[in-house]
Amino acid sequence: MLDTLKLPERHYLNNGHGLKSWLLTKDHKRIAIMYLISISVMFLIGGLFAAAVRVELMTPEGDLFLADTYNKMFTMHGVVMVFFFLIPSTPAVLGNFLIPPMIGAKDLAFPRINLLSLYLLWVGAAFFFYALFAGGVDTGWTFYTPFSSSASNSNVVPTALGAFISGFSSILTGLNFIVTIHRMRAPGLTWFRLPLFVWAHYATSLIQVLGTPVVAITIVMVAVERMFGFAIFDPVRGGDPVLFQHLFWFYSHPAVYIMILPAMGVISEVVSTFSRKTIFGYSFVAFSSLAIAVFGFLVWAHHLFVAGISTYSAMVFSFLSFAVAIPSAVKTFNWAATLYKGAISFETPMLYAYGFFGLFLIGGLTGLFLATLGVDIHVHDTYFVVAHFHYIMVGGAIMGYLGGLHFWWPKLTGRMYSEFFSRISAILVFVGFNLTFFPQFMLGYMGMPRRYHAYPDEFQVLNIMSSAGAAVLGVGYLLPVLYFLWSLKRGEVAGPNPWGASGLEWQMPSPPPTENFKEQPVVHGEPYEYTPHVAREANLV
Amino acid sequence: MGSFGIPLFPEQASTFARDVDALYFFIIAVSGFFALGVTVAVIVFGIVFRRRHAGEVGARIEGNLPLELAWSIIPTMISMVMFGWGASSYFHMRTPPAEALNIYAVGKQWMWKFQHLEGQREINELHVPVGRPVKVTITSEDVVHSLYLPSFRTKMDAIPGRYTHLWFEATKVGEYHIFCTEYCGTNHSGMIGTVVVMEPNDYQAWLAGGGVEGTLVERGQRLFQDLACGTCHLDTGKGRGPSLNDIVGKTVALADGSTAVVDEGYLRESIINSQAKIVQGYQPLMPAFQGLVSEDNLVALVEYVKSLSPQATTTAPAAATAPAAPAADPTKKK
Amino acid sequence: MSNAVAHAEAHGHAVHHDALQHHFETMQQQKEASTLGMWVFLLTEVLFFGGLFFAYLLYRVWYFDAFAEASRTLDISLGAFNTAVLIGSSLTMALAVRSAQTNQRSATVRWLISTIVLGCVFLGVKVVEYADKFEHHHVPGPHFISESPWAAQEQLFFSLYFTMTGLHALHMIVGVGIMSVITWMAAKGKFDEHYYTPVEMAGLYWHFVDLVWIYLFPLLYLVERHN
Repeated sequence: MLDTLKLPERHYLNNGHGLKSWLLTKDHKRIAIMYLISISVMFLIGGLFAAAVRVELMTPEGDLFLADTYNKMFTMHGVVMVFFFLIPSTPAVLGNFLIPPMIGAKDLAFPRINLLSLYLLWVGAAFFFYALFAGGVDTGWTFYTPFSSSASNSNVVPTALGAFISGFSSILTGLNFIVTIHRMRAPGLTWFRLPLFVWAHYATSLIQVLGTPVVAITIVMVAVERMFGFAIFDPVRGGDPVLFQHLFWFYSHPAVYIMILPAMGVISEVVSTFSRKTIFGYSFVAFSSLAIAVFGFLVWAHHLFVAGISTYSAMVFSFLSFAVAIPSAVKTFNWAATLYKGAISFETPMLYAYGFFGLFLIGGLTGLFLATLGVDIHVHDTYFVVAHFHYIMVGGAIMGYLGGLHFWWPKLTGRMYSEFFSRISAILVFVGFNLTFFPQFMLGYMGMPRRYHAYPDEFQVLNIMSSAGAAVLGVGYLLPVLYFLWSLKRGEVAGPNPWGASGLEWQMPSPPPTENFKEQPVVHGEPYEYTPHVAREANLV
Repeated sequence: MGSFGIPLFPEQASTFARDVDALYFFIIAVSGFFALGVTVAVIVFGIVFRRRHAGEVGARIEGNLPLELAWSIIPTMISMVMFGWGASSYFHMRTPPAEALNIYAVGKQWMWKFQHLEGQREINELHVPVGRPVKVTITSEDVVHSLYLPSFRTKMDAIPGRYTHLWFEATKVGEYHIFCTEYCGTNHSGMIGTVVVMEPNDYQAWLAGGGVEGTLVERGQRLFQDLACGTCHLDTGKGRGPSLNDIVGKTVALADGSTAVVDEGYLRESIINSQAKIVQGYQPLMPAFQGLVSEDNLVALVEYVKSLSPQATTTAPAAATAPAAPAADPTKKK
Repeated sequence: MSNAVAHAEAHGHAVHHDALQHHFETMQQQKEASTLGMWVFLLTEVLFFGGLFFAYLLYRVWYFDAFAEASRTLDISLGAFNTAVLIGSSLTMALAVRSAQTNQRSATVRWLISTIVLGCVFLGVKVVEYADKFEHHHVPGPHFISESPWAAQEQLFFSLYFTMTGLHALHMIVGVGIMSVITWMAAKGKFDEHYYTPVEMAGLYWHFVDLVWIYLFPLLYLVERHN
């Protein structure tokens, strides 16, 4: 059967050649590929900054970089990873590529706006690179006032504008997804027949559309204060620096869900496909995405528990923070239950999904410590927080993203990658990640504060463990670059549905033609139906 | 404390430490239970239900409502226990006892400045007695900092333009870390210090050694005279400004019809931004001292004005001979 | 779902129109998508301005006297005139949409041009007002001068005044740009009773920008006029 597989003669990748055919394309699939390349570059850059930080922290004295240099390293690591990698990652690459075929559409509702989103990300990145080459920025990715507005001497305004512009990229992507999901579904594809990946992206888009404008205007306020000497957060003229924190976290807490929800969507697809079983409690998983999006907007002040807010408002926000944990727990239990009586196999995407379970469990459960007021006072702004959000944003979001990339790579390119090396990489990422970040929980409870260039000697052992883990993690992240590139030329031809998956996107040839479907598909059945007939046709396993 | 040479916990050196650590262990136990449960389940399912032939598909199981309800409601209830415990610890940590010793902390890039009522001023070192509640009133001269005492399990941000508070009662003589935990620029990681917990007698001896400028109140009184505050704020109340006697803790009526409780934050604001709250019956004549008085001196002025309200606050030094602690700050809402 | 997919017959019922993009099935689907997209975009705009309104609200409660004092330096008659101009422009905009719907090409162009002119009048008045602020050193920053006892907090007011009205003016400028393109398209006869979505969408945007001003005017100019 393998011998008979051939790439289709015409597909989106060979429909037009040359730079112009890419830069002026309106095809969501080509735009997704350009996103993939762009954010991979940004991930590498952000990773280099992280490596610099980890090398510095191997010794307590802070002897490798100057304090200012170190501060710029962690700031730029955060800015690049949050604004230019994590927020675009799964939605802009996988969502862009897959949402139209998953709902049986030819493209997103607004193809030109989709291309504009990509350009905005590039323009934002250009501002960031300008700031970088002009000497960098040292405010932390959180831009806290009055440090960012009056004290810092670094390139705050260009960096902030970069974040602002990339924010509009994110808003337009979210807007496009919302309209597409509402208006472009194939006949018969009711809301409760949508793949959970689409539900997750719908919830994500709501956050992008409702949250991002608020951080955008907050960034504008910091910028006008710096550029024109205006007073908005300036305490000397009566301004309130804590107001910045409220406005910033009103977006930036939900922003975490922009990163994790799409990854959860990927996990739902992968778990279902590799256990060949419908998702247990479909509607609970679907609605928990919406619940997370809604509750996510009500918990921002848990970032301000030690910022002098009133005792009672702290209690309300603590309570709501526990409430947002429940839908995540429900999702996890449903995924576990999906495996029960499944037909489970462990190709690389499933390994990533299992890795996601482990890391997301730890990341989510450690969130409980931070929601608990009495404990948060102690661990607030320590490495405990750093470890927690890396477990969510790297452990959760990137495991989901990489799992999804491995899952749909045959659809994107028409070819398979090396199963052997990809499994090695999945295992390296999991092990390296835990080695890197688990010690940071202990460091945090010991009391090591975040963003420290030098630290007392007793923290060294754990810091060395963390840096060693980061080296393993780095190898785990670099391997896919190699075998993915290798697969482009030499990978086995995958065929339309190598995993025996059930989604509409697997009905297209791999790689798909520009118009996705020759004729408008009509949906009659429920999602996630697996039949032995289709399963046997899967060309792997 | 530690195991296998790896330190795991900071010293338990305050009355909060035991409670916070116990809560921490409780959450670890609950989380561990759930994490282990899910992990074991997915691994066991992965082995037992592994795919045995290419055409195999899973059973069609759509869901189970009682199960969904169970795993929504049970974790909710358990998390409410965490919430309740955490909230009550927090409430305790945010409520300084009336008899607490009063110390002022001012953060500035990149040092911590502490002032004791007796007049001692120290930088990046804080001397406190063991077994006695200490309330620290915190502010910042420039950007946001955060005063963190890991061995006491407490921290609070230092925010420019306002006062915040934390309190603790040290339980163990020794020296412990002071960290700044809110990123504040170049030498953020150098904004560290030591809190020295002393036996009460040693503490008294230490107190006796310092304070070349007199007590905080005396310093405040000199500033009060230097800035000519007394020309308007006459004791009789007939001056151009209201009398400052016996005002702390009281509720005053303001010109715009609202009221305000006089506490340290109110006093501070009334000095540097004197027009913000005008007492009823007076004209907005007082100049704003924003930028003219440093945070250190503001602390002295505030403490001096507080000393004019002996019922509400006693500013007697903490010396053993003067048992009345600088205390009772009933103005605090928390 | 996999084996449950059939392929639909060609959609013969759709009226084919030149403006129908390839990825939509029908003109109606295309219009519904545009409309929903515009409303979602306006929602993001609400939240965008919302951050500023929130900051304004907080400081106005904290520093009412300073805000009242600073507000008195604004020229109410110019503000009221501009309000009237903008409401008028909303009317001409609505008439333009109506004309497009009813296939009256020259009326559409005429109303659109009126809208642009009114928008420019608004911006012109704004320039006069800004110039006045510069002249009187009411621009926050090192050159700010105020005799009032609330000088520091007045800077908060003027910072918000300039940020809010500045962003609003920026939206107006963008709006005038959009209107110019739409006018050009209308003059070229791109619209008819089956396809006037761009006029309608531009109209939604224009009304939204007007609406922002309807909030800005009382908040900034009439702080102390409520009693």
